[in-house]
Amino acid sequence: MEMGFRWDFAYEILPQMLWATLNTIIAAGVGYAIALVVGLLFLLGQRTPSKIVNVINRELVEFIRSTPLLIQLFFVYFVLPQFGIKLSAWLCGMITIGLHFGTYLSEVYRGALEGVSKTQWEACRALNFSTVYTYRKIVLPQAFPIAIPGMGNYLVGIFKDTPLLSTIGVAELFHAATAVGGYNYRYLEPYTMVGIIFLTLSIPAAMWVRNLEKRVNLAQGKVKQ
Amino acid sequence: MSYFAFLAEHGPTLLLGTVTTIKVLVCSAILYVIISMIFGLMRLSKNPAIQGIATVYIEFFRGTSLLVQLFWVYYVLPFFGISLEAFVAGVVALGMNFGAYGAEIVRAGILAVPKGQWEAAHALNFSPAKRIKRIIIPQIFPIILPPAANLTVELLKATALVALVTVVDLTFEAKQINSITWLSAQCFGTALLIYYIMARFALVPFLRWLEVVAARKVGR
Repeated sequence: MEMGFRWDFAYEILPQMLWATLNTIIAAGVGYAIALVVGLLFLLGQRTPSKIVNVINRELVEFIRSTPLLIQLFFVYFVLPQFGIKLSAWLCGMITIGLHFGTYLSEVYRGALEGVSKTQWEACRALNFSTVYTYRKIVLPQAFPIAIPGMGNYLVGIFKDTPLLSTIGVAELFHAATAVGGYNYRYLEPYTMVGIIFLTLSIPAAMWVRNLEKRVNLAQGKVKQ
Repeated sequence: MSYFAFLAEHGPTLLLGTVTTIKVLVCSAILYVIISMIFGLMRLSKNPAIQGIATVYIEFFRGTSLLVQLFWVYYVLPFFGISLEAFVAGVVALGMNFGAYGAEIVRAGILAVPKGQWEAAHALNFSPAKRIKRIIIPQIFPIILPPAANLTVELLKATALVALVTVVDLTFEAKQINSITWLSAQCFGTALLIYYIMARFALVPFLRWLEVVAARKVGR
């Protein structure tokens, strides 16, 4: 077998890898969208007045957060069909990622809401604003900037966890690399290219999140350091 | 087949896998703590070359996916004549990946030590090495342990990935049993429960205890 990095081989498989990258981006985007909504649901469960709902919600979040995403993927993918629910690998992957990261996002939301000073609520009460109005006009505009860095970080986090989807057969970037590598019995180029593609996408994304964080802090009149 | 019959037949295998998972966790935790300390300090160095190396390391490992790094270490390094055993490859990949995240925690922790402490150490004419070792390091533990505890729970979850490079851990055994029996709910459900118990009732209490000890050491 030829040693060293074979540029011609890398060039040959490049189009295939780039197409698969598109799938990875779609998977991350859809998974993130689901996670954003699931996070809201968990937040609601946390804030409802019912004690039982609170406890169940908290334990469920704790359970999802302290078990590996990989086994959760296997669980959803292999167990649901036994109950007659046949879903595609894509759908299973999206649901699992959405659930898993939804628990993290609910924490981000909670932290952001708690970051809004209590006096804001009291002032709204004093001004006789309705709860909906208070949320919409006073609390959420202040909470959202606090949530942005956390939300951005989990977008990057989901993106970096999409290769796990290859284990249940979702044809994303890592799956393509494994397939190409197995077919040609050369893993050096495909896996290295996956690494480089991830770097070129996630470093700008992380920088963008950091930049956003700085701008939000400036706009809020808070200057770090 | 009832769940108890399943446990009686496959429980021991799953427990054996759990032991391997714990071994992977302990080894990679030690490695990641060492790497975080080294690179966290390097990141704060005034020498641009040292700082540059640390920045590149951290950005590289945080910028790519753990699974990709793991496969790279296990399947690609042999192309360069470095063949690692699956267990070693798993520990190295986990340790290096989490070391990059840990280095950022260490860096933030060192920066969070009040400036007066640095100045006082300076005024007392401590050498730079002694300043770090005797004054700063003992004080960063109460600051870095809470985020490091979160990271360590993440590490426990991430150890599941080593199953994909043929380390016979809990995840691997669960997958294996699933492919023989097709009792997916039982085997993956049990694996999830074992991970949950390890995280919630062993690892987290241990890390909380460490936090208390560290806080007491600096008189809080």
